[in-house]
Amino acid sequence: MLTAVITLASIALIAGIGLSVAARRLPASDGDLVERINALLPQTQCAQCGYPGCRPYASAIVDNTAAINLCPPGGEETVRRLAELLGRDIVPLVESTVPSVAVIDEALCIGCTHCRSACPVDAIVGAHHLMHSVIESECTGCELCVAPCPVDCISMRPIT
Amino acid sequence: MSAPTYDLGTLHGGLRLPGNKEQSTRNPIFEMPIPAQLVLPITQHVGDPAQPLVGIGERVLKGQLIARPDETLGAPIHASSSGTVVAIEPWPASRRFGDTAPCIVIDCDGKDEAIVPADKPADFTTLAPDDLMHRILDGGIVGLGGAVFPTAQKLMQARTCKIDHLLLNGVECEPYISCDDMLMRENAADVVSGAQILMHALQVNVCFIAVESDKPNALRALGEVLGAAKDSRIVLKQVPTIYPSGGEDQLVQLVTNREVPSGGLPTDVGCLVQNVGTAAAIHDWIIGNTPLISRVTTVTGDGVAKPVNVRARIGTTIGDIIETTGGYTDRAEMLIIGGPMTGKSVSTDRVPLVKATNCILVLSHTPSPGPEMPCIRCGDCAAVCPVQLLPQQLFWYACADDEVKLREFGLMDCIECGCCDLVCPSHIPLTADFRVAKSRIRELADEKARAARARLRFEARSQRLEREKDEREAELAMQKESAKAAGPSAIAEILKRKQKKSEDEK
Repeated sequence: MLTAVITLASIALIAGIGLSVAARRLPASDGDLVERINALLPQTQCAQCGYPGCRPYASAIVDNTAAINLCPPGGEETVRRLAELLGRDIVPLVESTVPSVAVIDEALCIGCTHCRSACPVDAIVGAHHLMHSVIESECTGCELCVAPCPVDCISMRPIT
Repeated sequence: MSAPTYDLGTLHGGLRLPGNKEQSTRNPIFEMPIPAQLVLPITQHVGDPAQPLVGIGERVLKGQLIARPDETLGAPIHASSSGTVVAIEPWPASRRFGDTAPCIVIDCDGKDEAIVPADKPADFTTLAPDDLMHRILDGGIVGLGGAVFPTAQKLMQARTCKIDHLLLNGVECEPYISCDDMLMRENAADVVSGAQILMHALQVNVCFIAVESDKPNALRALGEVLGAAKDSRIVLKQVPTIYPSGGEDQLVQLVTNREVPSGGLPTDVGCLVQNVGTAAAIHDWIIGNTPLISRVTTVTGDGVAKPVNVRARIGTTIGDIIETTGGYTDRAEMLIIGGPMTGKSVSTDRVPLVKATNCILVLSHTPSPGPEMPCIRCGDCAAVCPVQLLPQQLFWYACADDEVKLREFGLMDCIECGCCDLVCPSHIPLTADFRVAKSRIRELADEKARAARARLRFEARSQRLEREKDEREAELAMQKESAKAAGPSAIAEILKRKQKKSEDEK
């Protein structure tokens, strides 16, 4: 009788410890995992992965609908970190980009505000019919402002 | 009378290196004549570059303010002699990053005409500590031990902490360098006076002047001055000759037996460390009204004909100094700014003497320690590390680029003293590897901070767009409501009016 009680109690104890360790070590839920993946992404919000932002891409990775090598601004480093976090194999990037910032040619800018509305991180300032300018320290280099410009006055300058 | 004392804390590791200081201490400090041209970099301190206040063609006087930093961290720069500004342009400079720096170039007229001081210096004891600090800030004084942190800002930071000890660093543990030694021998009174000014600014009552045991003449000179001054608050401490006992944290440990926490500052344990040269510069400015426009520097090594200490104007080019003191020998091969352990080799002697330049070292041959071999994990490096790190483990993780482990093993506490390099039997350039790993970690941290900021901005924008959409919808709904309340006849009326208006326009 006593042996049985002790045996069962110790099994319960070991299982309990095992579960608590697992709870700490393994990601608690999908929502949590999305956050952790999002934290590894470069937050350029450039949509080059085909998703409207870094967080949606993170959710897609969790849902297993997206590969981990779709983020060009993150580079090989991000792929490596994602592979490490998710226990997947490292795969080569689909394409690579150089880190750069947008520059507005102030002589050509007509003040249409199209680029301002396109910027995902509010890094372009300027009012209607007045010259616009990029806040260089906040620009993520996502290139989303380049296409909307009607006079093609925005160019990407690599960061040296 | 303050006698040298020996009650000291302990320092882990360190090395006894051949001093090579006697060559440059045989003769007194040589007064360098005013050169034909002065080159003053606008960044001679930790912090943001100072903004030039003078234009090309403008005549400047000795001691005139020629560049001032913005409100942030930095120190002003004064003209070292009178003359005309001929250029503000990039010039070769000895810097950690990059080979050129923007400089203000002055053609000297040789008259050395000084600017009339704006106000007569008051007795510093009547000044409030904060006013005294602002005055020190105006003098362009920075830490002359080599770190060139603006002194006034260091003092202001210290005032926010509880400080009970002021430490004057006269240890100068790196081989070849002897400028502080000679300064203490010849200007001991200035150093002590500077200590008194610093103590008043900090409102502390204990000051230790730490001097290495291989400088008996400096110890004697300071002892005599202290004996005559009868200031019992200042105590002279003799510390053993071990490299790198002159590191800020190491000196605090050695003199007060308090350990500066990882990632912390000496102010966390109630200490503030200043170089003896800085103290003398503060004396020159507060009492003598001369801003920091000259400094003592050691010209030494077997590549110069006559090793000596010189007092030269800031902005004098290294080539001018070496030429005036006797020139190069035939064997001169390598020019190093700073000491042999922590200095930086430069490719041209056109670089100017800056506030940080404590030594100009010219060596005959590049010491080749032999080819790099694999680490055999002997642990010699761990035994000599003054910060008690494990360089062999750090090397391992640096090769693997493992940022987390590198942080865990305290890479950021590495003071880059170079002890581990010297003892490594496999000749691994550990310090250089650590320097690279450190900058990589800093880069990653910057990237992370940038990503976090971009994320916040993106989320704020998404929220704003959402809110704007809601507001628009709410307004539309309200308009619909009010139209409904007015009834169909009112709507018909409005439509009729609108139609009439458009017909009128046609």
